[in-house]
Amino acid sequence: MTAQLRVCLLATALFLTTLLPAGARALEIQSVTSPGGITGWLVEDHDNPILTMTFSFNGGEAAEPVGKEGLARLLSATLDEGAGDMDSTAFQKALADDSISISFNSGLDRFSGKLVTLTETRERAVDLLHTALTAPRFDEEPVGRMKASIQASLRRSLADPRSKASRAWWAANFPDHAYGRSHDGTLESVAGLGPDDLLAFKTRIMSRDGLLVTAVGDIDPATFGTLIDRVFGDLPETGDVTPVPSAKPAIPGETLVIAEQIPQSIVAFGQHGMSRDDPDYYAASLLNEVLAGGFGSRLTEEIREKRGLVYGVYAYLLPLDHAPLIRGGLATQNARVAESIALVRQEWQRLSEAGPTEAEVSDARAHLLGTFALGLTDSDGVARILLSMRESDLGIDYLDRRDALYDAVTLDDLKRVAAELYDADALSVVVVGQPKGVEGTVTLPGG
Amino acid sequence: MRLFNRLARPFLFAIALLPGLTFGFPASAQIFEPTTFTLDNGMQVVVIENDRVPVVSHMVWYKVGAADEPKGKSGIAHFLEHLMFKGTATMAPGEQSRIINRLGGRENAFTSNDYTGYFQNVPKQHLGRMMQMEADRMVNLTLRPDHVKSELQVVLEERRSRVDNEPSSQLSEIANAATYLAYPYRIPVIGWEAEIQGLTQQDAIDFYKTWYAPNNAILVVAGDATPDEVRTLAEDTYGEIPARDIPDRVALRGGEPPHLAMARVTMESARVDQPSWSRRYLAPGFGWGDKQQTPALEVLAEILGGGSTSRMYRSLVVDQAIAVSAGSWYSPEGLGPQTFGIYATPAQGVEIADLEKAIEAELALMLRDGVTEEEVATAVKRMRRGSIFARDDVLYPARLFGRTLASGGTIADVEEWPDRIAAVTPEAVLEAARIVLIPESATTSVLLSKPAS
Repeated sequence: MTAQLRVCLLATALFLTTLLPAGARALEIQSVTSPGGITGWLVEDHDNPILTMTFSFNGGEAAEPVGKEGLARLLSATLDEGAGDMDSTAFQKALADDSISISFNSGLDRFSGKLVTLTETRERAVDLLHTALTAPRFDEEPVGRMKASIQASLRRSLADPRSKASRAWWAANFPDHAYGRSHDGTLESVAGLGPDDLLAFKTRIMSRDGLLVTAVGDIDPATFGTLIDRVFGDLPETGDVTPVPSAKPAIPGETLVIAEQIPQSIVAFGQHGMSRDDPDYYAASLLNEVLAGGFGSRLTEEIREKRGLVYGVYAYLLPLDHAPLIRGGLATQNARVAESIALVRQEWQRLSEAGPTEAEVSDARAHLLGTFALGLTDSDGVARILLSMRESDLGIDYLDRRDALYDAVTLDDLKRVAAELYDADALSVVVVGQPKGVEGTVTLPGG
Repeated sequence: MRLFNRLARPFLFAIALLPGLTFGFPASAQIFEPTTFTLDNGMQVVVIENDRVPVVSHMVWYKVGAADEPKGKSGIAHFLEHLMFKGTATMAPGEQSRIINRLGGRENAFTSNDYTGYFQNVPKQHLGRMMQMEADRMVNLTLRPDHVKSELQVVLEERRSRVDNEPSSQLSEIANAATYLAYPYRIPVIGWEAEIQGLTQQDAIDFYKTWYAPNNAILVVAGDATPDEVRTLAEDTYGEIPARDIPDRVALRGGEPPHLAMARVTMESARVDQPSWSRRYLAPGFGWGDKQQTPALEVLAEILGGGSTSRMYRSLVVDQAIAVSAGSWYSPEGLGPQTFGIYATPAQGVEIADLEKAIEAELALMLRDGVTEEEVATAVKRMRRGSIFARDDVLYPARLFGRTLASGGTIADVEEWPDRIAAVTPEAVLEAARIVLIPESATTSVLLSKPAS
């Protein structure tokens, strides 16, 4: 290892200085390039003797081979179940004895992980994470145990109406696409998974070329640089992630009803959305705030506050890599489903036709920008923001530019984007329950 | 403790929760070092200063919850919590939410058996404004019949979402009613459906006027504010509100008679594909029974069922492979009788009766031989380290102190927690286990799938 550690202080985020009173500590993001050439972003914070490191790899559930659905989730459950010369019991005991937390999570596009450790146990934590990533054992016993655990949770979610609605929405809208396959697998697909599948999938997605690393906490840049190499340096240079084609929701405007004997219907809806790298994304984000940003937003006011139809109604932008979406949902008693869906379509239409008002935009902007600091009150929040900045390729100076990006959006922009993006006729709706007066226009493929 | 929030969160994926399972334990140490004082009108104030980020969490906790409702009015505490957002003499409905949104804040509220809480997380310079608005609605709530009517529908939808659509929640309500013979914890926080339907504006106002007063509230501020700033702002707002006579809620709630028989509830549902099993034992807490036992019970819960190195997980899930999950829970936070719980999810094809036998064998072993020095030492070390991690979240202490104080605990229960945990011995764990884990005080709850007929 050379002593030529390159530490670049590329940016000092200024967003706090514009929004927050003088004297507040700014969030300084440092870009640290390890001796081995891996770049990590770091926010140093020595208030508490804790390090939180988050990282992700290119390739998630969408990269699972056909018929191997649930593999990414099984991988997330088995990486810390024995590695190197430690079996599952020894590995779990090592983590517990030193209060080290290693966790993994599979998303549609990426596979992420998180390490949380006290400074006093950091060396041990680094060794354990390195071993888990480079020499997982996938022994038969823990793999079987984790399969059983995932199948039990599948049995719960397959019977749960909310989860049913979500699965059906994806399956109906992405019938021939990786996004449409059951995201956590099926009882059958999980039953067929084995150690060989895990090793093959891990080898394909866990490589340095698809890796993004960020950290927050009690560590200096030089130590962080060497830590990055110790954890990730032995991973292969390149991976082999199957490319995923772009797609759009397949049943725009259609309604799918799944009969279920429950007193309250679950409604899931959605349409195509806006890519994260689209220059109009900031406009879309403001529009979504106007439409569905909680109390004061149009959907909540019309559907919950004025009429008492729901406990919650929501919609959000989901800019997936290969299919940007707007998704939403609500739940209401069977007798009032038709009315609730009509109101969603009406608000969709109204936004599309007339755009937002100036007052709404001003409120939305103030809220979006003002609440940002609330996400920084713990290491986990800061680490999440850092990783998502990297995953969306926003640049290390994004927080300096964020206010200006939103401020630059004009009312005309918003009207244009509202008209282009929000399309009441494109909304596809899935209802699970016994909705009165709602007829399905399509059925689920194969069901 | 089940919390009911005023604001629903988006449900991306449903998470199956075990009946009554509580996450987390009071993680703390003599490291929060709060400042406490009392306003002249009796309102208690707790400040946990931390200038890491220039934001504050401003919380007001009323010492009243679902367990304090008049007979036949179940759900009124939670319904009132919703109605508290419907405006005052000088504030239109929804106006407060709009103001907070514009200031870059977030707000919500929650109701449990023992308390009702309201909070705003905001940039620090807006703390005074939050206190003005919260003090205003402490005394000036103004309701309109149409708003009350539509909000009642919202609460009924909330009940359908949380309970009626979820067999495991339905069973949890039934298990609760079996766990408590007389104590009001037997009634669900959200209320029984028929009673919710009958709640009126007058019921809400009566409850409000009985319980909402500065001398029955705790102000907790965590984040970038000094105790002096908080005192000045609080005196100018909450300090202006006169104290009021508050009923003795402990006396009103009554007690719990001795339990002479084990209870068992079983539910079969066609909407269940994955069976599950749990059992709760009545246990002491901050406000009930022998409080001295609580640290030992927390250590016991960690040894018995705290994660994948615990006795239950090792034995039932790994060694015998008859369960896919297993663990235990316990929290001393509460004014009334608490529960020590254990749970397990059977592996496919395993009969509930066989699982139950294996769990009982595990308990019998522990009750006969106790726990080892090493088990206690490891659990204590891990739990104490948890209190260091708890310091990482600037706003967390507001929630921790609020719920401790509003459910019969004290500042010392938080600050001295690491020392009390460290003082627990294997003998103390065994003694507490033998007192609490007795069949007569247990309620066993079984969720089964009903085969299609």
